[in-house]
Amino acid sequence: MKAAVESEEQRWERETLGPATRQSPERAASFTTISGRPIDRLYTPLDLAGLDPARDVGEPGAYPYTRGIHPTGYRGKLWTMRQFAGFGAPEDTNARYKRLLGAGGTGLSVAFDLPTLMGRDPDHELSLGEVGKCGVNVTSLADMEALFDGIALGDISTSMTINSPAAMIFAMYLVVAERQGASWATLSGTIQNDILKEFIAQKEYIYPPRPSMRIITDIFAFCAKEVPRWNTISVSGYHIREAGSTALQELAFTLRDGIEYVQWGVDAGLEVDEFVPRISFFFNAHSDFFEEIAKYRAARRLWARSMRERFGAKSERAWKLRFHSQTAGVSLTAQQPYNNVVRTALQALSAVLGGTNSLHTNSLDEALALPTAEAATLALRTQQIIAHESGVANAVDPLGGSYFVERLTKDMEDEALAYFEQIDRLGGMVDAIEQGFPQREIAESAYRFQQAVERKEKVIVGVNDFVQRDDPPIAILYIDDSTAEKQLRKAEALRKARDNDRVARALDALRSAARGTANVMPPILEAVRAYATLGEMCDALRDVWGEYEEVPSI
Amino acid sequence: MSRKLRVVIAKPGLDGHDRGAKVIARALRDAGMEVIYTGLRQTPEQIVSAALQEDADVIGLSILSGAHNHIAPRLMALLREKGLDDVLVVIGGIIPDVDIPKLKELGVSGIFLPGTPMQEIIDFINANARERTGPPGASEPAVTTARKGVPGR
Repeated sequence: MKAAVESEEQRWERETLGPATRQSPERAASFTTISGRPIDRLYTPLDLAGLDPARDVGEPGAYPYTRGIHPTGYRGKLWTMRQFAGFGAPEDTNARYKRLLGAGGTGLSVAFDLPTLMGRDPDHELSLGEVGKCGVNVTSLADMEALFDGIALGDISTSMTINSPAAMIFAMYLVVAERQGASWATLSGTIQNDILKEFIAQKEYIYPPRPSMRIITDIFAFCAKEVPRWNTISVSGYHIREAGSTALQELAFTLRDGIEYVQWGVDAGLEVDEFVPRISFFFNAHSDFFEEIAKYRAARRLWARSMRERFGAKSERAWKLRFHSQTAGVSLTAQQPYNNVVRTALQALSAVLGGTNSLHTNSLDEALALPTAEAATLALRTQQIIAHESGVANAVDPLGGSYFVERLTKDMEDEALAYFEQIDRLGGMVDAIEQGFPQREIAESAYRFQQAVERKEKVIVGVNDFVQRDDPPIAILYIDDSTAEKQLRKAEALRKARDNDRVARALDALRSAARGTANVMPPILEAVRAYATLGEMCDALRDVWGEYEEVPSI
Repeated sequence: MSRKLRVVIAKPGLDGHDRGAKVIARALRDAGMEVIYTGLRQTPEQIVSAALQEDADVIGLSILSGAHNHIAPRLMALLREKGLDDVLVVIGGIIPDVDIPKLKELGVSGIFLPGTPMQEIIDFINANARERTGPPGASEPAVTTARKGVPGR
């Protein structure tokens, strides 16, 4: 059989391909993905060598989940259309959420501003000019109450992109839910809570890596008991990719981060089969269509095998990698912004063909500003058209068995495993980060890509080719400084109105938990109920653990 | 004999997205300039202090978060105060069109938006930075890093 295929292919090369390429040569001597991965002309059954269909590909809903975690794919339930949104004051964002839910969005996703992400109150020196700009500002429980006013937290799922101060923001969410009468046991949603990728790529860290990891294992332990349906972490490759990594580096570093969290959980005495099912993932849906699809398929297989083989997980739920994806912000262009609608649609399609469990589609204006309501609605419509008109959600893993896609999936899996080994040799991911390894790898890839763009080896339509001089400007969302003033006034009033002795006692209890080994969640919940501000709570931990500063390098 | 241009690349504000800053720093270095990268979350005071200590000809700011309207006025005022008026200031990042005239008025010479070729930025700096004089071969292209305005740590 194999020999027959071989000779057939040789005959084709001689009789068909040869004359064709002599008559009209190919466009380039070699073809590569956006990540620089070489791509062959043609993939055939020979490319499946070393791949065991039963062992490596398997069936949907079955180990190793290459073809997806649901036996029926999207025939049972479509992916969650979850649009990331947040800007200005909590009241502004609350109105946007109500609009998105009214337009058929099926989950919320909170974007916080930089002061909130960095655990700083609006009156801190470094918050100057940043309040409400890149997301919504949340200073205390009062803001969280306003953010979800009129939205029943027991009925929706909410994702919150929050990392260093994840414990505090999550505690605020829990208290709002409690006051709405929703039981913690029924709450569903996700906190990003992925500090490793902050050190690697996004750089919104506060404390040094080791105490930061301790907060995360405290959250794992707290949620296993108190909020069992909550996704305690969203291990994120998105930001790693945005920072300039290749698709492979995104896959490898993210999965290895996931392994690191599991290892820390195990070392803290947690049961793999109890806490691992609440770990979810978040990937970037970038522009190279097939490479992205292979990335998602490889991710599921790598996770299932790592959990079963490396950690001895017995629960199927611990083997299944569930992931959110977001189209690539970095691929959006300020030039000819309407082209971004097309880019986003293709990226979203690759995420769907790769089996994403939830999806955010970017808006056409996001290379320029936070999106307008109209642009955000169009982005949601893009998902609805894929879901309901394209027909791609009818069959499970429609590209499974493609010589090309299976080969790419296998190659990415193997190459990710080689990265795992390298990181293991450095002592694990925390050690690798402290040595600057993933950071250097990403910076190198980012520079290499920029040079390829500069040399036009990679074409970006409207930027380095097909440039249009009379590109008309589009309307953008402009966030002025009124939010900062409003949030400052609210914080001032709050500090006068609350019981400041109770706040001081709560913050002391938090410091004391941080110095010892007690779980930090209960004292954080008490501080939140006392209306301590986010900055005050984060400062209490800064007092104990100090702040991390990376050694700048390029 | 002209000396190599000295460029301080800084990321002010709370934002940690440093891809652009790092890519530009390498491109300027590869173009023969001496580049000092300050790292993240620098206040205008720290940036000016780095420029002073590094004898910088150029300050390049990377700002994506929308904080430029607060950072640029403070930085420009501090530069005037320290007698560093002749240092070329350029900003790269996401800057709404309506803010560009205000920044130019403050004395920001170059504003580079997403999609700008690296070569365009290199050419702009070469054409607009002050002339430097000094002994030939006084410095090789190199990248050093400064923290809190203190070079070389």
